[in-house]
Amino acid sequence: MQYSEKVLDHFTHPRNVGEIEDANGVGEVGNAKCGDIMKIYLKVSDDGIIEDVKFKTFGCGAAIATSSMATEMVKGKTLEEALKLTNKAVAEALDGLPPVKMHCSVLAEEALRSAIADYYKRMGKDPTEILGCDMDCAACHHEHDEHAH
Amino acid sequence: MKRFVYADNAATTPLSETAFNAMKPWLTEFYGNPSSLYRIGREAKMALNEARTTVGKCLNAASPVNEANDYAPGEIIFTGGGSQADNLAIRGFMHGPTAKGRKHLITSKIEHHAVLYTCEALEKEGYRVTYLDVDKEGHVDLEQLKRELSEDTALVSVMAANNEIGTIQPLKEIAALAHSVGAKFHTDAVQAVGHMHIDVQEMGIDMLSLSAHKFRGPRGVGALYLKKGIALEPLVYGGGQERGLCSGTENTAGCIGLAAAMKEAVEGLDEKMGYVKRLTDKLVKGVMDKIPYTHYTGDPVNRLPGTASFVFEAIEGEGLILMLDNMGVCGSTGSACSTGSLDPSHVLMAIGLPHEIAHGSLRLTLGEQNTEEDVDYIIETVAQVVSTLRSMSPVWENGKPNLTAASELHEHH
Repeated sequence: MQYSEKVLDHFTHPRNVGEIEDANGVGEVGNAKCGDIMKIYLKVSDDGIIEDVKFKTFGCGAAIATSSMATEMVKGKTLEEALKLTNKAVAEALDGLPPVKMHCSVLAEEALRSAIADYYKRMGKDPTEILGCDMDCAACHHEHDEHAH
Repeated sequence: MKRFVYADNAATTPLSETAFNAMKPWLTEFYGNPSSLYRIGREAKMALNEARTTVGKCLNAASPVNEANDYAPGEIIFTGGGSQADNLAIRGFMHGPTAKGRKHLITSKIEHHAVLYTCEALEKEGYRVTYLDVDKEGHVDLEQLKRELSEDTALVSVMAANNEIGTIQPLKEIAALAHSVGAKFHTDAVQAVGHMHIDVQEMGIDMLSLSAHKFRGPRGVGALYLKKGIALEPLVYGGGQERGLCSGTENTAGCIGLAAAMKEAVEGLDEKMGYVKRLTDKLVKGVMDKIPYTHYTGDPVNRLPGTASFVFEAIEGEGLILMLDNMGVCGSTGSACSTGSLDPSHVLMAIGLPHEIAHGSLRLTLGEQNTEEDVDYIIETVAQVVSTLRSMSPVWENGKPNLTAASELHEHH
């Protein structure tokens, strides 16, 4: 298993690590048993732009690198644009991930969608209509994990 | 200041100068095939058998067969490494005549995969295998062994010392129990040889696997000690080398390097391992004192002198290894991400660590080439890296782990 230079760069110098005190959208996916937990904090402006985004991740090098890359890719974007971010796009932006690590990019995509769903909920909107589900799906990522392996 | 510290001596070791020098002429000048009849072939054959004798002596194998103190060469079978020796011993024995048709074998849950997967393959062929439990320090359950032994048990295979946590098994007791029902005893001593005293006669060992590169010999060569009178099914068929058990033109230089490294390791064992143990004790104390929420794994006393193994709460091992590498420290982990599956290493599971904690494992294994300064640097670096990773971890809050909350949160699926 070999990581790309980009993965190693994002792992060694992760962008947007930390918490946002006055976040208005927070999402957490994964579980400690499987060895990955990602938590994403969003600060969304009134006109729906992601003004700030931070993450905290418990996980391997790829988990940290995908969190870093995903946050970097959505910062300054609208929520609609952010929702279009796929795990594949995150992996490609990192010049690829080893096959056994693709599930990390899935987690990054889900953590982001989960944080956006939380934002919609706080705004009194039903995230199901926008995201297709309410992103309260720890079971969902578990399946992804198994597919990835 | 950044240094380079190799602290993964259980993975492999640097070739010793002695072994390298012993090997050189056999790679260039004396290249004869040991099976050839002419002089340079005969010389290679003699050197090979000398290497065999050296290995036998280091293990105290058999009694001298003649006045010149030559050891029965048949007792040492050279192989292509430790895994091949394990495969030859276990599969070769169960398939061979000395098993006398018995179909049961006993091993432990914390063996190396060279043993575990061989056992699984045998299960598919219809053999019955018992995998012994271990306690939280990694000792096999001797009471369970007693209960499982029967007239159908052909072989007991338990490692001498564990590669991940360093725990040493009670070999003599296990051998005696195996013999009590007429079974034979094999030990995978790949991590142990050159790091602890081994006497196959005194310990009652019938077969023992070893690997040269774990004690500063070359890669790609190992050996099986095979007590006189035990017949095995061959591992490799061919030209009949190694008593027909592991055919193929002998790796003369490799075998000579193995013997030279082994002699060096075994002769200076007490002195070198005393030094390594002092370094390891300092490392363990430093890490445990400096880093909160850290657990020490394995038997704290009866363990390989160079092995220090820990788990750190709230972080994951692969990230730890990569960050340590950036700081010049080489270590290893048994986290799931390193195993390429969802589960952390089978050894950490067998000693009863919860998944959540086992993901944060770190194994540092020191050797005689490490120094006090190396240890100081490792302690400082590990503390720094653990702290960095914890600061990024969502399960680390206000200076302590919050794993319970995290696992409860997602336990519903």
